[in-house]
Amino acid sequence: MGDSVRIPGVAANVSGETGVRLRARHSALVRVTHWVTAISFLALLVTGAEIVISHPRFYWGEAGNVLMTPLFKLPIPASRALVPTGYGYVMPDQNGWSRYLHFQSAWVVVLTGLLYVLWSLFSGHLRRDLLPSGSELTARSLASTIASHLRLKPTNDAAAPYNVLQRITYLVVIFGLFPLVIWTGLAMSPAIMSVFPFLVSVLGGQQSARTIHFFVSIALALFLVVHVVMICVAGFKSRMRAMITGRAK
Amino acid sequence: MSDVSRRKLITGGLTVAAGAGGLAVAAELAQRYGLIPPDNGGLYGAGETLTYAAQRILTRHSMAREFPRSEISKAPFVNGEPPKLDAFQKLQAGGFADWRLAIDGMVSRPGSFSMDELKSYPTSSHITHLACEEGWSYIAEWTGVPLAHVLDAAGVLPNAKYVVYFSIDRDWWDSIDMADALHPQTLVAYGLNGGELPVGNGGPLRMRVPRQLGYKNVKYITRLTVTDNLKKFGKGLGSASPEAGYAWYAGI
Repeated sequence: MGDSVRIPGVAANVSGETGVRLRARHSALVRVTHWVTAISFLALLVTGAEIVISHPRFYWGEAGNVLMTPLFKLPIPASRALVPTGYGYVMPDQNGWSRYLHFQSAWVVVLTGLLYVLWSLFSGHLRRDLLPSGSELTARSLASTIASHLRLKPTNDAAAPYNVLQRITYLVVIFGLFPLVIWTGLAMSPAIMSVFPFLVSVLGGQQSARTIHFFVSIALALFLVVHVVMICVAGFKSRMRAMITGRAK
Repeated sequence: MSDVSRRKLITGGLTVAAGAGGLAVAAELAQRYGLIPPDNGGLYGAGETLTYAAQRILTRHSMAREFPRSEISKAPFVNGEPPKLDAFQKLQAGGFADWRLAIDGMVSRPGSFSMDELKSYPTSSHITHLACEEGWSYIAEWTGVPLAHVLDAAGVLPNAKYVVYFSIDRDWWDSIDMADALHPQTLVAYGLNGGELPVGNGGPLRMRVPRQLGYKNVKYITRLTVTDNLKKFGKGLGSASPEAGYAWYAGI
């Protein structure tokens, strides 16, 4: 047990069938919030893409429409005939259920995220598992972790603590990208804007909020891709077992 | 049974009971304070109810952002075509002089208003954002009579809960709760950017609800019905939008 991570509430276990020692890895709260967030995020990503194709043009400032010059356009057909895309094809409109599901999933992500963040603060998960230690942040330590990642040879086993790159990435996702995507999402709501006008004015306007929302979503989607690739490189079965059962070899 | 498991059982039971009780109380309070949208059923009913309840609590008295004249968009985007109905074209040929807005339902003085009558009422203007659920938007100055004044003129009964409004094109109808209906920025609009409201933007008469998205701002309105129950209209979901798959409440 000496070399494994100690997580309160998760006992070390000896598997009776194989006799292989399974060590505690992820607590129940981490596992449940992880998968609930994963499912909701996928729903947000798909429905967000559905909503974007109804107007695949982006602007900066308060207002933007097809009579105004866009910041950029996505090279795809639109799901609305009035958007001049240059393609002679109008995609099927899926905005109705997409918007319903987008906001419902957003509620799930926000409430799950709040639970996770509060628990992380009070259980010590944040301090113990996410904040990098001073020794990990030295140039030498960072360089060696980056080098092992570039060789696609992560050194830690499935029960080891997060390495420094994981810690930094998870902190950026949890305390940077998710709050920003929620903020910019709310900054597009005319009702929310009427109560908290500064939420949108500091971003430069409602269309700016929409454009930032798009880029943060792209960043989160990229995180998802890298995350899944790293899981596969590190050992898909062992990492999935750790995140599902909470235990790792 | 050990002490620990008995304690767990008791606290677990109490938590479940408190949770169920809390939910029942929340549902009762939500019903009483009008925090349940008409499209609260189905797969997305939970999220929709949370959104409407949260935003309604936050926004009961909030004002939509207003902009300086310099922010007015150069050309207000025209979305869609005016109705191809004979009745509409006949009224348009007459310069909409004979356009009327009827009001019925839970009012003490049902009847109808001519355009001249509506324009003789106190005028209100605001430079606000009109944002479509698709993602585009424009800023324009809207002029009209506050819906609250029209409702007042007809004598709304105290237990009214919603105002339903109908376009001359019967496919388009919608409704808002009294918080939005009595809100000072909610207009029965007949002017845009200092002129008449162009037909493309909903002229001669359009509902203007600046704290909700574009599709709640129904064009070519001819009738208001005040009610305490949306079940009586269409499929009972509050407007044509949920029947087409869109949320009744469009504050987000």
